[in-house]
Amino acid sequence: MKQYIVRRIGYCLLSLFLLSLTIFFFVRVTGDPATLLVEPGASPDDIAAIHHQFGLDRPLLVQYGLFMASVLTGDLGQSFYYRTSVFELYWSRLPYSVMLATAAMAFSLLLGIPSGILAAVRVGRFWDSAGKVFALLGLSLPSFWVGLVLILVFSVYLGWLPSSGSGTPLHLIMPAFALGWYFAASHMRLTRSSMLEVLGSEYVKLARLKGLPQALVIGKHAFKNALIPVLTLAGINFVIMISVAVVVETVFAWPGVGRLLYEGVAFRDFPVVQGTVLMLGAMTVTVNLIVDILYAVIDPRIRLAS
Amino acid sequence: MSTSAEILTLPSRPPRFAFLRGLRLSGFPLIPTVILVGIAFVAVFANQLAPHNPEVGSLAARFKPPFWETGGTMKYLLGTDQLGRDVLSRLIFGARVSMVVGITAVIFAGVVGTTLGIISGYLGGWVDQLIMRLVDTWLALPALTFAIFLAAIAGPSMWNIVIILGITYWTRYARVIRGEVLSLKEREFVRLAIVAGCSKWTIMRRHILPNVINSAVVLGTLMLGVVIITEATLSFLGVGVPPPQPAWGLMLSDGKQSLMVGRWWLTIFPGVCIMLMVLSANILGDWLRVKLDPQLRQL
Repeated sequence: MKQYIVRRIGYCLLSLFLLSLTIFFFVRVTGDPATLLVEPGASPDDIAAIHHQFGLDRPLLVQYGLFMASVLTGDLGQSFYYRTSVFELYWSRLPYSVMLATAAMAFSLLLGIPSGILAAVRVGRFWDSAGKVFALLGLSLPSFWVGLVLILVFSVYLGWLPSSGSGTPLHLIMPAFALGWYFAASHMRLTRSSMLEVLGSEYVKLARLKGLPQALVIGKHAFKNALIPVLTLAGINFVIMISVAVVVETVFAWPGVGRLLYEGVAFRDFPVVQGTVLMLGAMTVTVNLIVDILYAVIDPRIRLAS
Repeated sequence: MSTSAEILTLPSRPPRFAFLRGLRLSGFPLIPTVILVGIAFVAVFANQLAPHNPEVGSLAARFKPPFWETGGTMKYLLGTDQLGRDVLSRLIFGARVSMVVGITAVIFAGVVGTTLGIISGYLGGWVDQLIMRLVDTWLALPALTFAIFLAAIAGPSMWNIVIILGITYWTRYARVIRGEVLSLKEREFVRLAIVAGCSKWTIMRRHILPNVINSAVVLGTLMLGVVIITEATLSFLGVGVPPPQPAWGLMLSDGKQSLMVGRWWLTIFPGVCIMLMVLSANILGDWLRVKLDPQLRQL
């Protein structure tokens, strides 16, 4: 167990190292980073000053060391646009991202799990096919387009919901739906296949042979075991949601981390782009690590197999 | 008697269309295939089919609705955008952008991923460790955020997007192909090739590669949808295909500006095009996966 955790943490550190390396080198390979660090329209003198100030005239290895040192102390630079530290900006936006992801996750589970069970119980019948269509659409429609169509219908034509911003629960409905549909589809598919597997197992057959009513067999015996893989997936999906939300947050002007990344790109605010990507990547890698370890704690087969 | 007769009637060479027979065309997704072929046709003959220049508009004809709405004209069947450019022509040329970016990015990712997957699976040892660790870490990073970052740094251009999508998605091929190679290399024909003195590279190229091509094609079809959505997303965010090129994601981004005043045609038409293309690719990919490659069924 200890060995497993140590190895997992090792992989996690490797991922973070690779992430920092990619960001560091990609910026330098594609051009002069000084032009990204000064505001648009800076004079050549300013650029030379930046070169010296950020040590861009020093060897690459030294530069990387300096870069890592500042990242590890939580210094992701200053935003040109907001004139504050990127680190603080990120943390001030994160609660909104978590709120949106929570709503989208709740929606995707409330829709995905019951429809997945229904599809598994009625396999090959109407509800199964309806579920397949729903899942296929969820996986094939770009979330930002779903968001735009929702705005068109519910804000422009019907006038029921606010088209952008945050503040009231009403603001949350459309972004949560646009973001959650894709995940509802994947949760539905997994619930269905996991449920089908459990329904074919010996103990469910026994429960049926005992003469238990169908509702009890499905609700009590099958459902609980079928839920484990779905909840694991949901845990990982939660972090993915926060990163994928970039487009949905842009469409609905939702003030989360994704919107921050978009603003960084749109205003050519390089420290914001670099800092947000680093933080999002680090968060994803860390949550993957936690899920892996928790899973190994719960299920001994996993730590033995690896 | 009958056995000898059977032996005599064995075909001396494999039937010509064994591949097609293997597909068993039942349940063939005809409509998605027709849609994809249609989009490809439109993409190839965009110059002949488009009624107007997609990048030049007339400011006098801004925001014309489709022809069946009041104020619409037959000259602009699906209306015009904020610069008076014909929406239909832009959709037609947009098909070309989506097709070119989608197919080249899928092939690029496929070539890189398949090559590394074969090398990793066949050579094993530290090479395998190195490549698989790389794949693991790559898969642990948020793909879309990563692509946005790369695109923002590299600057908007169609070919940059192809390379970025390839860099982002090669890992999926590498992992699946490596798994297949691991079981292939234990098979008799590979062992015989080793005994016959073939070099490692010859075995990988002549004996392993033809056997994993099926999986790579299936994965490629399934990836096409993902890649097209990602391209549209990048273009929508302003880091993809640069204006004035007519990309569907870019059209949606333009259309968003006048969504609140109800100019629905600028949002609905490009979105429907993306939806049709991705949906068709996904249905076709699903079907191919089940038909061609039982090993990929659980994907």
